[in-house]
Amino acid sequence: MTGQPAEPDAEPTLRVAGLEVTYRVRGQDRPVVRDLSFEIGRQESFGLVGESGSGKSTVALALTRYLPRNGRVSAGSISVGGRDVLGLSGPELRDLRASTVSMVYQEPGRALNPSLRAGRQIAEVFEVGGADKRTALDRAEDMLRKVQIADPGQVMNRYPHQLSGGMAQRVVIAMALAAEPALLILDEPTTALDATVEAEVLDLVSGLRREMSTSVLFISHNLAVIARMCDRVGVLYAGELVEDGPAGQVFGAPRHPYTVGLLRCIPRRGQRKDHGRLDAIPGFLPPPGRAVTGCVFAERCALAVGECHQAAPPAYDVAPDQRARCFRHAEAGDLPRDTPPEMALPDTAGAGEPIVTIRSLSKTFTVPGGQVRALAGIDLTVLRGETLGLVGESGSGKTTLARILLGLSEPDRGSVLELNGSALAPDVRRRGRDQLAALRIVFQNPDSALNRRHTVRRLISRPLARLAGLSGARLTERLMDLIRAVRMEERHLTMRPAQLSGGLKQRVAIARAFGGQPQIVVCDEPTSALDVSVQAAILNLLADLQGKEQVSYLFISHDLGVVRYLSDRIAVLYLGRLMEVGPAEDVFRGPHHPYTEALLSAVPSLDGQRTDRIRLAGEIPSAASPPAGCVFHTRCPRKLPTGVCEETEPPLGEVAPGHLMSCHIPVQTLRRLQRSAAEVASGG
Amino acid sequence: MARYLLRRLGLAVITLWILSMIVFFAGQVLPGDPGRAVLGPFASASAVRAYDHQIGVDRPLVVQYLAWIGGMLHGSMGTSYAYRSPVGPFILAAIGNSAKLAILALVIIIPLGIAGGVLAALYYGRAADRSISLLGLAASTVPEFVSGIVVIILFGIALKVLPITAATPPGSSFLTQLDHLILPVIPLVLVLFGYIARMARAGTIEALDSDYARTATLKGLRKGVVIRRHVLRNALLPTITVIATQTGYLIGGLVVVETLFNYQGIGRLILTAANGKDFPMLEAGVLTIGVVYMVATLIADVLYTLLNPRLRSEAAG
Amino acid sequence: MTQIAAAPGEVAIGHAIAGPTPPWRLLLRRPGFLIGTGVLAFWVICAIFGGLIAPYDPLAQHLLAKNAAPSSAHLFGTDPLGRDVLSRVIAGARDILLISPLATAIGTVLGTVLGLVMGYFGGLVDTMLGRIVEAVLALPVVIVAFLFIVAVGPSSITLIVVIGFVFTPLIARTVRTAVIVEGQQDYLASARLLGERPGYILFAEILPNVLPVVVVEFTVRLGYAIFAVATLSFLGFGVQQPTPDWGGDIAANYGLLGAGYWWETLFPALAIASLVMALNLVTDAIEQVISA
Repeated sequence: MTGQPAEPDAEPTLRVAGLEVTYRVRGQDRPVVRDLSFEIGRQESFGLVGESGSGKSTVALALTRYLPRNGRVSAGSISVGGRDVLGLSGPELRDLRASTVSMVYQEPGRALNPSLRAGRQIAEVFEVGGADKRTALDRAEDMLRKVQIADPGQVMNRYPHQLSGGMAQRVVIAMALAAEPALLILDEPTTALDATVEAEVLDLVSGLRREMSTSVLFISHNLAVIARMCDRVGVLYAGELVEDGPAGQVFGAPRHPYTVGLLRCIPRRGQRKDHGRLDAIPGFLPPPGRAVTGCVFAERCALAVGECHQAAPPAYDVAPDQRARCFRHAEAGDLPRDTPPEMALPDTAGAGEPIVTIRSLSKTFTVPGGQVRALAGIDLTVLRGETLGLVGESGSGKTTLARILLGLSEPDRGSVLELNGSALAPDVRRRGRDQLAALRIVFQNPDSALNRRHTVRRLISRPLARLAGLSGARLTERLMDLIRAVRMEERHLTMRPAQLSGGLKQRVAIARAFGGQPQIVVCDEPTSALDVSVQAAILNLLADLQGKEQVSYLFISHDLGVVRYLSDRIAVLYLGRLMEVGPAEDVFRGPHHPYTEALLSAVPSLDGQRTDRIRLAGEIPSAASPPAGCVFHTRCPRKLPTGVCEETEPPLGEVAPGHLMSCHIPVQTLRRLQRSAAEVASGG
Repeated sequence: MARYLLRRLGLAVITLWILSMIVFFAGQVLPGDPGRAVLGPFASASAVRAYDHQIGVDRPLVVQYLAWIGGMLHGSMGTSYAYRSPVGPFILAAIGNSAKLAILALVIIIPLGIAGGVLAALYYGRAADRSISLLGLAASTVPEFVSGIVVIILFGIALKVLPITAATPPGSSFLTQLDHLILPVIPLVLVLFGYIARMARAGTIEALDSDYARTATLKGLRKGVVIRRHVLRNALLPTITVIATQTGYLIGGLVVVETLFNYQGIGRLILTAANGKDFPMLEAGVLTIGVVYMVATLIADVLYTLLNPRLRSEAAG
Repeated sequence: MTQIAAAPGEVAIGHAIAGPTPPWRLLLRRPGFLIGTGVLAFWVICAIFGGLIAPYDPLAQHLLAKNAAPSSAHLFGTDPLGRDVLSRVIAGARDILLISPLATAIGTVLGTVLGLVMGYFGGLVDTMLGRIVEAVLALPVVIVAFLFIVAVGPSSITLIVVIGFVFTPLIARTVRTAVIVEGQQDYLASARLLGERPGYILFAEILPNVLPVVVVEFTVRLGYAIFAVATLSFLGFGVQQPTPDWGGDIAANYGLLGAGYWWETLFPALAIASLVMALNLVTDAIEQVISA
């Protein structure tokens, strides 16, 4: 074995050597993890990064010996604190799970038993350890205090459905840490949470890890989260560890072409569409379990030579404590860029003519036991050829706003919607063909947005027939134009969505949106269901099409990096209210609304730049009972002591040309506070 | 909670009202002339008219319906054409007999079906699962009179170990009665086993595959504790509803089983009434079955809500 | 087995590797499907060519050879009128295999349309139809059916129509649930954004996606239809004597069980049992393949 890590003095917490996991599918063994070796030292935190199908979750399940029925460890060894996990008997395995290894995974709501109270579920851990019922419950309450739950006594008696996502994940973490395990496995623990809640949970995990001197295996698709949380990192691709080493080294000087490509896919801080296109990794992720000869990454790799297709590269020691499975690791840093040609962008500065105008838009939902004000008095315009980014966490009303604009949901009386200066009927059924063609959408999840029983040809042709009134040869001609425009091929036309990869499906959805020559396309989280290496290509495509078709975008996303890359202006929503709207650079550079500031500082960054300047306390309030005054005051770290924030809702005022903000704090004060906070953070 | 119960009760009442109209329509309107039906083809036209007038079927439909449903609400279920006496006592006696048979069947089937389903789920994909699933499928799809014939031939005629009629002489001891009910219960149990076991199996498999079962296992709990405390509690909730729905099928089966084994229950009563075109008896019997079904599903719904914390808090709110 | 975990589910990664295998090929790999189809095919052949296969005329009475035990001349014996039981069992396949599929087809078509309308439009339409469905469901199928049959008189047509109508709400309920699940999908919003008419959305967008549910529902209900037709015949509301019919023959002869003439009822009973079990093996296989 070339890649055997150096033997440390003390026995590491976890040692995985030559691990192979196979799933038996239709009588055939499919390896989904191959020849995986890594170690986690005492009190060390190791990050495992990978896209979908990389086998990262399978690794976690193998470590706890909880593989699905058709899965098994077919080679290799796993030892935790020197104990051979694969050779343990039933009672020994139970003991290992009870006292040494714990796990937290993605959906906190589903990890808890819906019919047992939270306290009871934590107490079980202590009961396994031999405590009596009373003591176990007391210690469970202590654990809740440790994970910083404000009112542990109350949370003890709640059922899981009565807990918010962040709260539930704290309970799960409390449960995992209750037995003071030597190894804590976190599998995408914050992926289902909102950015501000994620930041809090990550802080909590870092704090507790140090306090309890636990080793951590942190599994995520999010490079920035791994960079923030981990000492060392391993990059998993198609079941193989292609590169591993200290986090700073791997992210700073990657030596495997996949790692290099992955890092280039992500819009870096400040990168914008007019600065050039994003790099993309060509091709698609291989399906899990596919047999390959040679390097798993060869078919997508710009550096691949004949050798790469014939033999699997060993793990080379490329730097102290850094290994890469690549024959051409020396040149990896100079990987040729796969950057599409530049395309002229529409000149948005001069245009200024509004396509869509929204005035005093409100939406109230009636639910059992009251009314929920999902949107309250929103005023917004989208200008010709520009991208307006719409940012907000769950419950902010951003998707409701999109649905109302499209006519899928009716706004409250008194709301005004206009397209090119003429009124838009609230119900899509009462809109004319021109309006339908002018206003299109790309949904978040192409699996849901494309009828899985229709072929690509039918999916793309239908809007051409309905909205552009095309038929016969002219329809076919336009169909082929569109297919080429979204970089698909003619052979895809007869396929159904199930036969396409996620990225291709989203291209079909985009082609559908552009069929009737739209003036504005609503993009509702168009890349959040996609893998990072596929996301860049879709963002490039959207930017190109905008240049070519002179279309405006209303771009909804929770990913600030993506929003910043594509947007000319940005609107920030919180609990159905507009907090801030302005030119993208102004909103990002500041001074910004305290909520925007919190959102920005919640996002972990790959650059190693510290961003945790301010943190929000508590959960997002329920839209059914929003706080009085400024809706953000309950979580605002910069709330004024005068009491005005609690009493009066601040108006949306202009703080700079085109930059509006809804805050009682004078903009000069905000500028001063935010500048000094930035200095403290970067100084510390 | 009270509000939820009221709402649920209101829905049941509406459903029952619609049901009463369907029954009334089928029983009073479709058959045409009850006088002709009862008195036969050789009765004179004036006799038929006189009879129709006497029982009130020459009045407008709405009046007839109101009179009929009004009677039902006051506990008067009408007068049997065949016996020329009130229907009520017949129904009451028959329901009592049927209840014995039905309760015996449920007492056997609920634990058996649940145990079978849970066992199959725990041995998912293995021989025990295959045989329980296949057996359940086979048993639940064979009509009661078919399995009834088979058990009669097997136990009553070939082996001669059990009586082949369910009827017992008045004043028989409980054990004698039980002895006579064993064969009739078997077809009912067979049909229900498949449904309940299937549901329990599906629920258990889903709960076994859940994230919370994984959490519980990874806590280091014993398998028995995981299954009892975490899996079954959630797995068997949906089964409650199925059991209630099955009461309906059970009553359908009673018609057949009571006929086959010559047992004086509600099913046989309805069948006799149907054959004799004794519509008041038939309607009252069918409506009674509807009420029993409604009550069973109502109890199941309330139980389901009480046992499910999520629904419980919603119902309370 | 040291794996003490309550074993979690299988991971399906097959599709991504091999591409979707056509469903019929998956079906052919299931022994249950093959056995079931074989038995079903046998009964269908009996139903169609009964007259050619049967050793005797199923209606021919031989009063000298009544209640004869199974022998080489009469493999299944004879009944109280001296008719050959084997011939009657073979011929008895016809009516049940004609009535049940037709009734199920009526119920499936009506139920699917009703379910589509209820699930897609929701609101008042759904609530009102839902109450009626609930009311019909409150009664066992057999009882609703014979309530109507008593009223209008038994015949094959009555049986088909009544069972079809009784199945309609049952199938509607299942389809409605499937439609509501589909209703949350964005492709329906997409269709509305193209200004598509409700008819197009219901039949061109939603229907193809709920078709697997409809297929499963048809096969499941076909089993119930056979169950119901046989039971109604047994109760005297189905196929009328002297037409050969399994349920009817059992009803006519089970009184003689006490006298030891078991073959007159046992063989028709086994015929029904084999038919429903075969059908359910097929249904089960289809369901497994569709849900996998």
